[in-house]
Amino acid sequence: MTERFTGLRFAAKRLVGAVTVLLVLSVVLYALFYLVPGDPAQLACGERCNPAQVAQVRGQLGLDEPAYAQYLHFLQGVFAGRDYSTGTSLQHCAAPCLGLSHQNDQQVTALIVAGLPATTSLAIGALVVWLALGVGTGLLSALRRGGVTERVLTVLTLAGTGTPVFILGLLLLMAVCAYLRWLPFPSYVPLSQDPEQWAWNMLLPWLTLGLFESAKYARLTRSATLEVLAEDHIRTFRAYGVSERALVTRHALRGALPPVIALSALDLGQVMGGAMLTEQLFGLPGLGRLLVDSVRSVDLPVVVGVVLVIGTAVVIANAVADVLYALADRRVVLS
Amino acid sequence: MAVQDVLAPGAGDPPAPGPAAGARGVWRRLRTRPSAVVAGAVLAALLLAALAAPLLTAVSGQDPYTYHDELVNSASGGAPHGAFGGISGTHWLGVEPGTGRDLFARLVYGARVSLLVAAGALLLQVLIGVSVGLAAALGNRWADQVLSRITDVMVALPMLVLAIALTTVVPEDFPRPLLLILVMGALNWGGTSRLVRAQTLTLRRLDFVAAARLGGSGPLRVVRREMLPSLAAPVITHAAILLPSNIVLEASLSFLGIGVKPPTPAWGQMLSTATTWFRADPMYVLLPSGLLFVTVLAFTVLGDAVRTALDPREASRLRVGTRKEKTRD
Repeated sequence: MTERFTGLRFAAKRLVGAVTVLLVLSVVLYALFYLVPGDPAQLACGERCNPAQVAQVRGQLGLDEPAYAQYLHFLQGVFAGRDYSTGTSLQHCAAPCLGLSHQNDQQVTALIVAGLPATTSLAIGALVVWLALGVGTGLLSALRRGGVTERVLTVLTLAGTGTPVFILGLLLLMAVCAYLRWLPFPSYVPLSQDPEQWAWNMLLPWLTLGLFESAKYARLTRSATLEVLAEDHIRTFRAYGVSERALVTRHALRGALPPVIALSALDLGQVMGGAMLTEQLFGLPGLGRLLVDSVRSVDLPVVVGVVLVIGTAVVIANAVADVLYALADRRVVLS
Repeated sequence: MAVQDVLAPGAGDPPAPGPAAGARGVWRRLRTRPSAVVAGAVLAALLLAALAAPLLTAVSGQDPYTYHDELVNSASGGAPHGAFGGISGTHWLGVEPGTGRDLFARLVYGARVSLLVAAGALLLQVLIGVSVGLAAALGNRWADQVLSRITDVMVALPMLVLAIALTTVVPEDFPRPLLLILVMGALNWGGTSRLVRAQTLTLRRLDFVAAARLGGSGPLRVVRREMLPSLAAPVITHAAILLPSNIVLEASLSFLGIGVKPPTPAWGQMLSTATTWFRADPMYVLLPSGLLFVTVLAFTVLGDAVRTALDPREASRLRVGTRKEKTRD
């Protein structure tokens, strides 16, 4: 009973912390993006606007209000929706409203929702690859410790953790698409349109991101497994004649899993927040791509909206990781 | 306890806090590791090349900005004439497809950007991290709470995302390398600060620090004379991990088109144009990516060696392969 209670309190505390972080993040972002740089109205209106037009845009976007009022309106938009007048017509922006794009007056929320399928496709597939490869390699190198296999794997993972993901992707593209010609150059096909083409086109992005992440998991799995293997109960099992393979795969793996699960939750949050480099390299129309494009065209509302959504994904992932870790490993003190 | 404290991927344990170790022993241990010597030599060569970039390009008689339209095949879209991306006596590593600019000159000048930004950001990261960590450990409870929470947030948020977003805030004419240094420095100090806080909390209770305090040294003097020297080893170890990650971050930003402005050359920028050339001119992919890969790998290997050299107990433990000791003193 008491244990359950501490667990709940732990989860509740993490939740409150997460919400606080997000609110602070939104204030900081808002302050940075709307108050520091030049003139948002000028940016929204475009280069060729005359002062009168700029003033009109300023009125429409509510940029003539004091800063705190602007922020409160922004929050109101997020939680209750708000209306924008675009000169002649009135546009309603429903509940999680993050504003309108300066570029084409599209709603930021709609842009973000449009980017989700590509990003989710990438994240899920890459997760499968990095778990399979990372945990597999980690276990193998723990099982063959002291041997040639382990040294080779250690060098490979060391090289892998440092290599930027776009180098890996470029080399894979070059090998698979240009020389071996196993696959055509990937171009995104939505899952809803053609599942088979979707999978073929996502294969290379999955492999790239999965391989890149797997190096970290291999190291983590190896060290966690070795740590468990050094424990007393394993020594006892060994004395009773349990085979080394069974020790590693059955007993040590159990100890290695909690950190792997927790790190996966963290990374999934990061990737959901846009694996910008992978999306850029393969031309996937996801969240990361949206962010990069909006940064290039200085489309502030989109930048703020996407960063907030990414922040939310990461904060949720962190909280989930903490709770998962605590659930999976009872030795973690809930405090 | 947050998950990230347990995981800290790739970081490894910092050396145990205690009185500062001698620099000479560290140097000797580094010198006897072949991998460290090779990595060090590679990095020294790279640093020299970057420093002497104008000299080197004067020797090769090329500069990174001149277009050579006659060296690329404009009929086929701009692939360089000749084998291996147009390697010749005048253009040692060939030319850039499309423009015909000298690749050797661009790579060497690109190294300048990469190393300058990485080192500048590192300096800032260490400065902020050590200050915040010390303040959190030695300040009152409130200061510690606030600073530690800020640090948590800095560690958790995806850096590339924030770095990209921050670049939109700054006016166009602000010098880009400085901007990159500031953004990377301002965002990535969380790990250093955590480390310094934890180490300082331990140090504070050790005998030699207490002795200094009892001997009448003021708090600032204790920090400067007793704590900072002992913090040097763990901070250097951590900085050695930060440096390659800074290089990758700079390359990533310029790959996304948000690094230094063209025509200033940068490795990441070259790789982003290389995405359209990997069929026609594979050398243009292989050279910058190879250079970036070797640089990052060399820094990682050297960082690993520095860590073991600063903490010999770590080295012997790794060799024996026994379980991690939970307490070491």
